[in-house]
Amino acid sequence: MIKIVNISIRYRLATDRINSLKEYVIKFLKRDLHYQTFEALNNVSFEVERGQVIGIIGRNGAGKSTLLKVIAGILKPYKGKIQVNGNVVPMLELGSGFDHDLTGRENIYLNGAILGYSKKFLTSKYEEILEFSDLGTFIDTPIRNYSSGMLMRLAFSIATVVHPEILIVDEILSVGDENFQKKSKNRMLELMSGGTTVLFVSHDLKQIEELCDKVLWLEKGNVMMFDKTEKVVVAYHDFMSSNG
Amino acid sequence: MSNQNRNKVGFRKYGFLLEQLVKRDFKVKYRRSYLGMIWSLLNPLLMMSVQYIVFSSIFKSNIENFMVYLLAGITLFNFISEATNNALISITGNAPLITKVYLPMYIFPIAKVISSSINLFLSMIPMLLMVVITGSPINLYTPLIFINLLLALVFCIGLGFVLATLMTLFRDTQFLWSIVLLIWMYATPIFYPVSIIPAKYAFIYMLNPLYHFISAARTILLSGVAPSLQSYLILICISFGSFALGWLFFVKNQDRFIHHL
Repeated sequence: MIKIVNISIRYRLATDRINSLKEYVIKFLKRDLHYQTFEALNNVSFEVERGQVIGIIGRNGAGKSTLLKVIAGILKPYKGKIQVNGNVVPMLELGSGFDHDLTGRENIYLNGAILGYSKKFLTSKYEEILEFSDLGTFIDTPIRNYSSGMLMRLAFSIATVVHPEILIVDEILSVGDENFQKKSKNRMLELMSGGTTVLFVSHDLKQIEELCDKVLWLEKGNVMMFDKTEKVVVAYHDFMSSNG
Repeated sequence: MSNQNRNKVGFRKYGFLLEQLVKRDFKVKYRRSYLGMIWSLLNPLLMMSVQYIVFSSIFKSNIENFMVYLLAGITLFNFISEATNNALISITGNAPLITKVYLPMYIFPIAKVISSSINLFLSMIPMLLMVVITGSPINLYTPLIFINLLLALVFCIGLGFVLATLMTLFRDTQFLWSIVLLIWMYATPIFYPVSIIPAKYAFIYMLNPLYHFISAARTILLSGVAPSLQSYLILICISFGSFALGWLFFVKNQDRFIHHL
């Protein structure tokens, strides 16, 4: 389903990034065009089978989000091979696919198009999305008037209306009020049992233990461990308490 | 899905996205105004009036039917200016999206140029109205103007690809481009006759793509005849040449964009 072999991602450090022509020319003339680089991912390899739920853990800056970006096709590794079979649907962060001047209804179509759904599909699923999001008549008001919980409900409803082959979730499972959290968790469980491969990043180890088949633990861009959930969580716990 | 696969399903899938992006631009543009879409007609009309009054009073010229002469030039220049300025920021402006979900990035400059062209096509209504009022001929050849506009659209997409790429890699591009546009406007015979330029500098106009677009439009609107086959060949070369070069430049650099967003 997903096969990743020895991929490395290298970032230029922000301080050395050149965004202006003048800087570029000056540095070029001074022959000062060498960059300080940093490996966000270093020789990462792992394989995920269809229908598995994989948790990704690690400290801040360990490369978790970078890895998700590689799998989603946004970042190209400069080294290594990646093979992904199936359509990838990323669960977007709050509002990144939304236009705040459009109504909820219009955003369903815009966001759906961004996620690669067809018009026909969206029209047929429109009622389902509306119902799941619990937005009622608010669907026809511009979303700049929505609360963040409402936005998240809409985003979640759109992302999960399809049964994607691969779902990428970057720490957003705690959305909305308690009622919606329960609902969204059920939807996630439904997807997981329905054969969707899920990759999700979380700092909530309880959540990871509850949902994941396997866990990938990253530390400074390296894979520390990739194994059954219980094993990795225990080892991660020990590591964190001894290394703070 | 491998990258190869992605490109194959690409056009079917992303056609809908393109439609949605263009619709979004159009809706958002006038959403909170009272007159709404009427602005798309009113705006070019008012712009034209102001520019006509200004230029016809300070610039005494003996050009026949100065109104249509000026409007043909101004309308095309305004389109190129609006379309390129929008395409320029199409990648940086969509950074929150591009950094989170895989989308073919070429779709953003294209969507922006198409959005801008809506104004261009709508401004043909007041434009043709002026042609009628000033007594220039409306005939079988008049609809040819829309072919010219489509070619201008293709030209702008190519230019938009280049500008969006440069802007993403160097943020100075936006400031430089506004200067370039200003120079371009004065260097093009929009409100002055070509004849005031000494013959030895005439080659400059031959090298100015905008000049070719404008003079073909004037041929149709002022004289009511079809531009020569040669001038269409030139326009086709300019527009598709721009598209092809822009595309190559964009595709060659697009993998680097993510590091600059």
